[in-house]
Amino acid sequence: MTALLEVDRLQVQFGATAAVRGASLSVARGETHCLVGESGCGKSVTALAVMNLLARGGERKAERLAFEGEDLLKLSERGMARLRGNAMAMIFQEPMTSLNPAYTVGSQMTEVLRRHKGASQRAATDRAADLLARVGITAPGLRLGQFPHQLSGGLRQRVMIAMALMCEPKLLIADEPTTALDVTVQAQILRLLAGLQRDLGLGLLLITHDLGIVARVATRVSVMYAGEVVESAPTAELFAQPRHPYTQGLLRCVPVPGKIQRDQPLGAIRGTVPRVGHGFAGCAFRERCDFADETCQRTIPRHSAGATHDYLCRLPA
Amino acid sequence: MTDAIDVRHVAKTFAVGKGRVVAVDDVSFSIPAGGVLGVVGESGCGKSTLARVILGLLAPDSGEVEIEGQKIAGLDRRARARLIQPVFQDPFSSLNPLTRIRDIVALPLVAQGSLGRAKIARTVDEMLSRVGLSAEMGRRLPAELSGGQRQRVAIARALVLRPRIVVCDEPTSALDVSVQAQILNLLAELRRDLGLTYLFISHNLAVVEHVASEVAVMYLGRLVERAPTERLFAQPEHPYTKALLASVLTPEPGLGVPDVGLGDTMPDPANIPSGCRFHPRCPIAEPRCATETPPFKPRPAGGVECLLVP
Repeated sequence: MTALLEVDRLQVQFGATAAVRGASLSVARGETHCLVGESGCGKSVTALAVMNLLARGGERKAERLAFEGEDLLKLSERGMARLRGNAMAMIFQEPMTSLNPAYTVGSQMTEVLRRHKGASQRAATDRAADLLARVGITAPGLRLGQFPHQLSGGLRQRVMIAMALMCEPKLLIADEPTTALDVTVQAQILRLLAGLQRDLGLGLLLITHDLGIVARVATRVSVMYAGEVVESAPTAELFAQPRHPYTQGLLRCVPVPGKIQRDQPLGAIRGTVPRVGHGFAGCAFRERCDFADETCQRTIPRHSAGATHDYLCRLPA
Repeated sequence: MTDAIDVRHVAKTFAVGKGRVVAVDDVSFSIPAGGVLGVVGESGCGKSTLARVILGLLAPDSGEVEIEGQKIAGLDRRARARLIQPVFQDPFSSLNPLTRIRDIVALPLVAQGSLGRAKIARTVDEMLSRVGLSAEMGRRLPAELSGGQRQRVAIARALVLRPRIVVCDEPTSALDVSVQAQILNLLAELRRDLGLTYLFISHNLAVVEHVASEVAVMYLGRLVERAPTERLFAQPEHPYTKALLASVLTPEPGLGVPDVGLGDTMPDPANIPSGCRFHPRCPIAEPRCATETPPFKPRPAGGVECLLVP
């Protein structure tokens, strides 16, 4: 069976900066794949490259970039525009900047369906109201007539989700959808996303820096560092047996409620992420790694730690 | 013994349009010297306003704040700066982009007006190395530093006058987890070595559990529960505290996302509900919660404000 989304050795450059350096991942139907990493690791750029929404100056290259078997690299902008917001939809972190402040919620939501499916205004409004109710918004009729600034952050994020679902997408890419929200609202939104994903059989690519979110919603996790996927595994396996020293370090950094020893320092990763440009060779984590030796400056092999678990490090499994 | 911070009946509202927004409503607490009080709550609960009142940056409408037995309202800026200092959330906007790191850290010393140049230079060097920055970093501009390094600069600036109390307002929220751990460890180490008292504001409950000795939970301007950290996390009493704790997503696979049970009514500080202000979202609210004001029920080293707890 072909995956819904296949990304093979994606590279994205902005001038001399290599933002993504050979990242591969795939998303199957009904799967939640979490892409996790710290700021600047290339996780958002990966998503934007898939949607062909890179900022000016961004160049993408890949061995393969396919949605339902269709080659996205060969698709014209017009063809891409037919897919975007239709079969593949995206939700961004800050709903205030991605909703148009000058249009009502209703007109933004219905536009998607009218444009992609040629639906009547009436039918589109009905569907918008249905979806708003579905994402847990009470009085959807009232909300349709309101402007984004009249809604709270949690409501705006729900509107974004409902809008992304208007055309029944098969793939939903959500880039830090709950980072700007309070923990209580975050839990509500994630619960909602997980439920929708299950009911609609969506493939969900969820980008986050929060390992708590990853643990609770992902079926599969890919950890990115300095533009590369350094480890990829089923969720339970990644948390139980992380192989890459960076993944191990990340897991030690997170205080776990109930297991906190207050007088003990948290595990931290020393140093900072290096700037990686053209011609960089070897492991980008080596300066911060306790296991690094001189061989880490050469090309690093990808090791397998099971049929569905691989990592990029010289250390054997 | 005098408490490091004593906050008594502090209230603060802001005029917005025709109405008033209630930010802090009759809040009282104290922090013993050397303690860390974590303050948690959702956006708009008044935790940052409370921090500003305690720092003396905002005058309360009523009530007073004492720092080591002295009323802050009666202190001049220099004396206040020697007692209490802030570390803010965003090290990108809290450092002057055109000023070199050394001069940023030196400013509080220069502002005291009584110290010689050589003494200032020596103190700055000491402070930079104390927070883990090289002297070479001191010659750079904020833009040349990473987020974690900038937050170290903000900490150095806060501590250079050797204050007794530091108010940390979301000090790691803008940082990546690996860097957050570095900064939390640094703050813990400095507190031990310098005998500091912290007021630590955060929306991240795991971080608060890690650093705080006591926790205060705020909801729409009220302090609804206060307890020693271990008790608050093990036996929360207020339904809001329970909901907050339930919504923390620990990195434990397989547990799924919990149902917090708060509904979709959002707290609005411009429109405070009658009775218990949490009742529209409370999963166990009874009719009387909408009309009766919940009393504060004291507990050892804390208390809870809810009609429904014994």
